[in-house]
Formats: sequence, structure tokens, C-alpha cells
Amino acid sequence: MRRETILNIAIPGILLATALIAWAMGETYIITLATRAAILALAAVGLNIALGLGGLVSLGHAAFFGVGGYAMGILAFHAQNYMPLLGGLEGTKSMPIIWLVAVVASALTALVIGAMSLRTSGVYFIMITLAFGQMLYYFAISWPTYGGDDGMSIYLRNNFPGVNTLVPLNFFLICFTILAVVMVLTDRLGKSAFGLALQATRQNVARVEAVGLAPYKLRLVAFVISGAITGLAGALFADLNRFVSPTMLSWHMSGEIMILIILGGIARLSGPVAGAMLFIALEYVLEDLSHYWHVYLGAILLGVVLFARGGVVGLILGREVAHD
Amino acid sequence: MSAALLVEQLLNGLQFGVMLFLMAAGLTLIFGVMGLINLAHGSLYMIGAFAAAGTAALTGSFFLALMGALMAAAIIGALVEMLVIRRLYDRDHLDQVLATFALILIFSEGTRFLFGSLPLYLDTPDILSGPTTLPGGIEYSKYRLFIISVGLAVGAGLFWLIARTRIGIQIRAGEADREMIAALGVDIRKLYTMVFALGAALAGLAGAMIGPIQSVEVGMGEPVLILAFVVIVIGGIGSIKGAFIGALLVGLTDTLGRIMLPQLFGLFMDASSATTVGASLASMSIYILMAGILLFKPSGLFGGQS
Repeated sequence: MRRETILNIAIPGILLATALIAWAMGETYIITLATRAAILALAAVGLNIALGLGGLVSLGHAAFFGVGGYAMGILAFHAQNYMPLLGGLEGTKSMPIIWLVAVVASALTALVIGAMSLRTSGVYFIMITLAFGQMLYYFAISWPTYGGDDGMSIYLRNNFPGVNTLVPLNFFLICFTILAVVMVLTDRLGKSAFGLALQATRQNVARVEAVGLAPYKLRLVAFVISGAITGLAGALFADLNRFVSPTMLSWHMSGEIMILIILGGIARLSGPVAGAMLFIALEYVLEDLSHYWHVYLGAILLGVVLFARGGVVGLILGREVAHD
Repeated sequence: MSAALLVEQLLNGLQFGVMLFLMAAGLTLIFGVMGLINLAHGSLYMIGAFAAAGTAALTGSFFLALMGALMAAAIIGALVEMLVIRRLYDRDHLDQVLATFALILIFSEGTRFLFGSLPLYLDTPDILSGPTTLPGGIEYSKYRLFIISVGLAVGAGLFWLIARTRIGIQIRAGEADREMIAALGVDIRKLYTMVFALGAALAGLAGAMIGPIQSVEVGMGEPVLILAFVVIVIGGIGSIKGAFIGALLVGLTDTLGRIMLPQLFGLFMDASSATTVGASLASMSIYILMAGILLFKPSGLFGGQS
């Protein structure tokens, strides 16, 4: 087995072990932290498809994260208040349906934003994805039906058939399973014909065009898949907190998801997981240490960007697979 | 809508646009010359506002406060350029985004540490407070007129600097071919530091001038930063003229949209839902403007090839 393959199993394994040990010791808070790490990792796995494979620096992924979150929030809000949704449809508290809606809604959002943003490249793309993300943020703030600026609370966690989701470990296992499945699928995607073509567009657009492929379409498909996964993570994140607010859509969220990838290692399968675990651990330790822990986070991030570009996975493996 | 209200809102839009221009000019200059995308530009705006509030509290003079803001932003800009930004010119955009995002975290929390979380307030100087009567009998805030005049003057100065002076020639040459001008004996490192400090000073000035209108608080720079990005995308990256036109377009669209859209929807809806829909759409209007312009000109109104 290649060292990276071992690491791809070991890093999620550590996360699973942490949650199980915390469960055995009755440390509910640690399980919640592990769940948060799994969900943020899922969001970052999604972004990593656009960023790592496609080289698309999207600073607007909070849009999809938030759309997923609001999909969950709106469905559950209508279910808990017994209010009919559009056209006689009912809200729901069932996770599988919520996930499906979250994935479809965020994929459609990604399709619209991507179709416009991908007409440009480079810095324009960064600024435009950022701007569209911010557009949804301001829209959520100024639309009062679902709480506006204050966001909205969901009283009870949603249901999954046959599982008591109120038990913290059960919800962690649901999130972790989704993360694992998505990671396997992402791995397959990266090695598929589509994934190889996508990586080729990152390296040399002209050659991709010369062999008769359309870079715009490849990128758009990648952007939609990427947004859909991040949207699913958003639905889970909202379920974890039982709360949705425009903060999920803010550009700080986009930045945070991107930080996870960089801390862990860009274009590595387990990079986002390592990054999310490190981020949550840093948050846990530094927050205790100082009220102003973002200063340290900033300093660490700056250090990683300037001096350790491979992130955690890169440090462990050396520069075996350099990202260009 | 009365003519007086319309003129007032047009002037408000102009004032907002001029502010955005000060931000966007620095950003677009830094991108044009050094190829750097700087997310921390909003932090320099914030630093300008806090420096102004601090100086005003110490000296009681608004004009010294403006000077203080300019100096603080320029000096901190130059320091940041020499310590961090300089290492990013050869990196890809992703690294630039992340490193300058890290700078935002450091600056925001650092400012919170120094000044606390409560917003500060800056007083309008006596000679600029209160309204003045414009030709036609319309009353308008003196202070906002002051911002418009300063913004236009700085804009004119910037055009002069770029088009007519030796430094301007070097800046334009740096945009076109940096190796060549380095080979011709221009100290490119010093030029870069200077351009960055200039951009920082413009952002700081914008932040200081907005102080008496809004509250001075941590995070105040970020909404403006994102609007400045929209301005640059509309105007075309690297073009000062584009930044100017884009800033006015965005400023006017945003200000007039907030006033007119709820009224427009009020024509065929009941008042409360017209306000809701109008306000929600108004908050999106400039992004819709941006999307519309991108559809026809992907590299902005005055941009070259993207």
C-alpha cells in the first residue's frame, strides 16, 4: 500500500477513534467536537474537488454551505410549526429527504453561480465567487420570513429511520459514514476519466481543448459536484447546531473551509479531514488560552502558507505529489 | 418622489461611490502593478478609521485625525508589504488569498485587543457639521459634500500622478513589463512598497472619512472590501478609470435601489410585502448589475484580456 493510502485510512480512523473513546468516557462535548470536525471535513472535501482537482479558487463556497443549511432549516421549520410549504407541500423532519433537497438546492445554486463565474478565470473568478456568496448573505439578512439577521432555531434534531439521532454518538456516526462514503466516491472521481480531464484543465487548458474536450463544461460539472457536497455538509452542520443563520453564508465561512484544506494539505484525499481535526483542536486549545485566539490562528495560517505549503499531510509524506 | 429627495439620494450615491473609489483604486493599482489580490485591504480601511478615532480623541482635531489615519495606514501598509506581502508576488492566487485572509484575522483580533469590542465614534468637525443650501434651495449635509470633494480631488490627483509624473511612468511601466523596468535600473522593490503604501493610504483615508458617518468598529472594512471587488470586476482589473466609473455605478445603484425598489413594488403590491421584496432585491441589485456586465464583458468595462 502507498503511504498516502495508509494515511487516507489512518486520519479518518483517528477521528472515529476519538469519538468512540469520548463515548466510552462519557465526554459528550468531545463527541460534538468530533461531529463538527467530520461535517467541516465534508464541506472541505467538497471544496477540494473544485480547488484541488480543478484549480478553481472559489471564495464563495459558504453560499452552498448556507443553502444546504437553509434547506434543512426551512423544511424543519415548516414541519415543526405545521405550516404548509409552497403549493401544498409539507415540511419534513426526515434526514434523507432533507439531504436530498439540500444537495439538489445547492447543486442548482452552484450551477447558476458557476455558469456565470466560470466565464472568467484567475482573480476575477475569486472576486466573483466571493461577490455572489455575499449576495446570498445579504439576501438572507434582508429576507425576514426565516429569521433574517437572527437566523432560526430548530427545536429537535431531525430523524433518521431506525436511529435515535438525539444520542450524540449516533449522529456522529451518521455524519462520519457520509464523510467516508463521499471520500471514497471523491477518490473514484479523481481517478475517473472525468477527474483526469479536470486535473488536466488545471495544468494546461490549451492541451485539453486540443484533444477536443470543453474545459468550461468540465469545470462547471466539477463546480456543481463540489457545491452539492458542501451543501450536504451545510445541512448536517445546521442539524448539529439545530440553528441556521446568515453566518453560515458569510465569506468568513468560505475562508474557513478553505483554511481547512490548506492546513491539511491541498489536493490530498485526507487533507480536509486532517485540516478539520487540526482546526477544531486548535480552536479548542487556543480558545482556552486566549480570548483573542484568531490572532494565533492567523499566525499559524500565515506560517503554513509561507513556509509549509503541503499542510499536515504534506509534512508527513514529504513532497511526494507536488501540487502545481 | 420629489426632486429634492432625488437630488439628495443622487448625492448620497455619489458620496458612497467616491468612498468605494478610494478603496477600489488602491486594490486595482496593487493588482495591476504587482499582480496581487489583497483581501487585507479592508483591514487597512479599518486601521485608518481607528487611527483617526484615536488621534481625534488625543488631539481633538478632525484634520489631524485625517493626517493620522493617512500616516498610520501608509506606514502599516509599507511594513506589511516588507514583512509578508513581498513573499507573495511569485505565489499563485490561492496563496495570496490565504495569506491575506490570515492578515485579516491578525489585524481584526489585534484591533479588538487594543481598542476593545465596543464601537468608537468620531465627531464631525464644527465647520463641516449641519446642512448647507445647494443652488435650487436643496439642503444637503456639508460633511457628505466634503467627502465627495475630497474623493474627487484625490481621484484627480491620482490620475495626474499616474499620467504625468515620473513615478506614474514607472508604475505604468511596472504594469506592462516588470523585468524590463528592473533591468533599466528602477528599484522595483522600493516601487512595490511605495505602490502598496499608496493604496493603503487611500484605504485609510476612506476609513477615516467614513468614521463620522458610521461607527468605527472591528470588521467594518469587510463589506466595503467586497463592494470594492464588485467595483473592480465591473470596471476591469488594473484600470483606475474603470475603478472610478465602476465605483460611481455601484454607489448610485445601491443607494437609489434601496430607495426606489420598495416604491416600485409598492405600485402593484401591498405596502409591507413591497418593502420586504424591495429591500431584499435592493440588497442584491449591485450583484445583479455585476452579473449583467459580466455577461457582455467578462473582463469588465475597461479591462484588457482577463
